[in-house]
Amino acid sequence: MNRKNPLPNSNPNSPNSSMQALHFLQALARIARAAPKPAHSARTRQIRHAAYASMAHSSRSSRRTWSRALLHRLRQWQQQRPGRLLTVRRRVRIVTPITSRPEEPARAETLRQLVPGGRGMEYCNLLEETADYVQCLRAQVQLMQTLLDAFSS
Amino acid sequence: MSRRRSRISEEEINELISKLQSLVPESRRCGSNRASATKLLKETCNYIKSLQREVDDLSDRLSDLMAGMDNNSAQADIIRSLLSS
Repeated sequence: MNRKNPLPNSNPNSPNSSMQALHFLQALARIARAAPKPAHSARTRQIRHAAYASMAHSSRSSRRTWSRALLHRLRQWQQQRPGRLLTVRRRVRIVTPITSRPEEPARAETLRQLVPGGRGMEYCNLLEETADYVQCLRAQVQLMQTLLDAFSS
Repeated sequence: MSRRRSRISEEEINELISKLQSLVPESRRCGSNRASATKLLKETCNYIKSLQREVDDLSDRLSDLMAGMDNNSAQADIIRSLLSS
């Protein structure tokens, strides 16, 4: 796979990345042990789920809004059952409609959709959460690439 | 719920924008005026989308890899790579 350029500012030995890596590896080991073996697409889904879960559980991100929102979303994915009547909400967040946020740059709305939990955030918080989310995403991609390289050598 | 809207200083926003600039590749430009902030946000959105696509792709490849392993060797490989990195 072609990598565009080396990733700056990413320290694979920092405690945050170690937590993230450990969590992911434990999840992978669980998936590997599962018997009977799941189908390829099911296993891909499980691995992807594990990737996002370990991002949300890394020590830096557990305090973040995006990681809580992501964990919530992951739980909803896991619990998709046809017979489920309602999702119980603990607290309803009043979200300002986007039309009343004229001071934001035009692309902020797309960013709000991409970053978990982005819709309810103030602009300043959104930027901060985005930076953190991007760092975790990069670490996860790096980790998975390293694993692939290690396994296939 | 109180609103802090106009109390957030321009300086804080600029600081966050330059932090994002340092994270997102191909966006290392000076200036934090509105136009480049929009451009940076666009680059950031594209970058996040491409990272998420990479996660999907790598999950698929990892799944391929794990398909070819039996239980014992999978765990051994995982432990081995954990120790060697």
